[in-house]
Amino acid sequence: MLKRLILAALLFSSAAHADTSLLNVSYDVTREFYKDFNPAFAKYWKEKTGETVTINQSHGGSSKQARAVVDGLEADIITMNQATDIDILYEKGRLIPKDWQKRLPNGSSPTASTTVFLVRKGNPKNIKDWDDLIKPGVGVVIANPKTSGNGRYAYLAAWGYVIKKGGDDAKAKDFVAKLFKNVPVLDTGGRGATTTFVQRDIGDALLTFENEVNLIKKELGGDQFEVVYPSVSVLAENPISLVDKVVDRHKTRTVAQGYLDFHYSPEGQELAVKHYLRPRVETVAAKHKGDFKQLTLFTIDEVFGGWANAQKTHFADGGTFDQIYAK
Amino acid sequence: MAKHKNVLPGFNLSLGYTLLYLSLIVLIPLSAAFLKTTELSLAEFWQVVTAPRVVASYKLTFGASLIGAVLNAIFGLLTAWVLTRYTFPGKKLVDALVDLPFALPTAVAGIALTAVYASNGWIGSILEPHGIKVAFTPLGVVVALTFIGLPFVVRTVQPVLEDLEAETEEAAASLGANRWQTFSRVILPALWPALLTGFALAFARAIGEYGSVIFIAGNMPMVSEITPLIIITKLEQYDYAGATAVAVVMLVISFILLFAINGLQWWSNHRISASR
Repeated sequence: MLKRLILAALLFSSAAHADTSLLNVSYDVTREFYKDFNPAFAKYWKEKTGETVTINQSHGGSSKQARAVVDGLEADIITMNQATDIDILYEKGRLIPKDWQKRLPNGSSPTASTTVFLVRKGNPKNIKDWDDLIKPGVGVVIANPKTSGNGRYAYLAAWGYVIKKGGDDAKAKDFVAKLFKNVPVLDTGGRGATTTFVQRDIGDALLTFENEVNLIKKELGGDQFEVVYPSVSVLAENPISLVDKVVDRHKTRTVAQGYLDFHYSPEGQELAVKHYLRPRVETVAAKHKGDFKQLTLFTIDEVFGGWANAQKTHFADGGTFDQIYAK
Repeated sequence: MAKHKNVLPGFNLSLGYTLLYLSLIVLIPLSAAFLKTTELSLAEFWQVVTAPRVVASYKLTFGASLIGAVLNAIFGLLTAWVLTRYTFPGKKLVDALVDLPFALPTAVAGIALTAVYASNGWIGSILEPHGIKVAFTPLGVVVALTFIGLPFVVRTVQPVLEDLEAETEEAAASLGANRWQTFSRVILPALWPALLTGFALAFARAIGEYGSVIFIAGNMPMVSEITPLIIITKLEQYDYAGATAVAVVMLVISFILLFAINGLQWWSNHRISASR
């Protein structure tokens, strides 16, 4: 509630000296990216249309943010790290059409990341691939898949690794169960898991997004930790959408659409690269092939038949994740 | 029913405001929670609130809150005693320190406690070689809940102790009571109601605590997951009905417990006034 009040106050104060303003409701770790992206877009839009646009940002845990929009937070734009958190806008609030993902290229995901391992300096436990994580005596820090998109991707990446190796669901479940036996702490969010691993010195490996890993290395000088790329991992797509009901009421559809399109422009894609997000536009991706380690990436659609299915089978109450911990 | 004539005027007006205020702030939001659970059938409701993980979390939440409140009742009484009966340099400072858990954002408290009690923290590194793990275990939950509950006992007992004049104790002593008798027969009965209130407040506060606990608990299913986290988890899955179902169970248990504590208080009051 307080957050919303502050937000309203912010909106109000900025509306006083801006022609148009957009509110982008996003998840936790895009903070740094949008700090660069928004001014770039404002400049581009000013040159193109002469219109001054201010973009306000709201960040927080992804599901919490999506829920706020459903409950009435006036977001023109929503940018998340998994499709379920945007689907909910259709399911619970009918704020967007059902086929929102078809409106932009690449399933409305201009950027992507993947789950990788961060290990301590010198890699003392010699962790090279997924199989090394389930060995006895190895501590693995993963965010809680029940409360965090980051944790869900890590879980699904492990599951998909077994499937991609030719295993079946039973084998995958067994593997994931062994993996989570090695998890000493389940933090509620990706940043919390980072703190546990980095500041509390817990665990031998941290499973998190590639862009978060690079941020950790940058923030901490980079020599205390090493990144390990597994042979196979998940493509974590970052979908975006405008919120139809809100932009129609605010009369901001044109500029909101421009904002979304800017994500796919060479400039927007380059900014993503700067923040260690993998570009999805072919030409930019080809140019930066050398900047991102090439590994086998599978999509959620390919292995799990879409997010809705994955959510239902694995993370709903009584799903495979709960079964791991059931006695 | 015969209408009582009150000596003080404005009874109807003030009661009206009280009811309105309570309704707006407490009753309406809470009944909304109850209403939301009606989306579930009775069987579904039962299944949600008795799932093994949820039951494990009740045990942890209520158990750890109880331990925390008992610890606070004992050490809070001691603190209040020291603050009212003795003068020493820095007393004002200690007095102010007691209120800190009130003012501190709970997340900050959680992070600070975790940093100190983790295996590489100041206290954690001393305890760890002795096989005592605090951070990321149920013990950590107890520590956090004790921390946030401390001011309640001290602040409820302190004014009563201040009012309780030292002369009573001197009188007891001059009538031949030894120190233990003075404490258990004279001081403690007078303090009981305040102590119980403080205990109940600390207990109730601990049951609902979320912010500080999630950092130190480790949040392992069946082991160190508190009920408020279960509720948040359900919300993250957009399972509003399930979340409110668990919330309703918590509310009902808390209400029964608080009601029982109030009853105990009434009973002890009654006994004291009857024995006079």
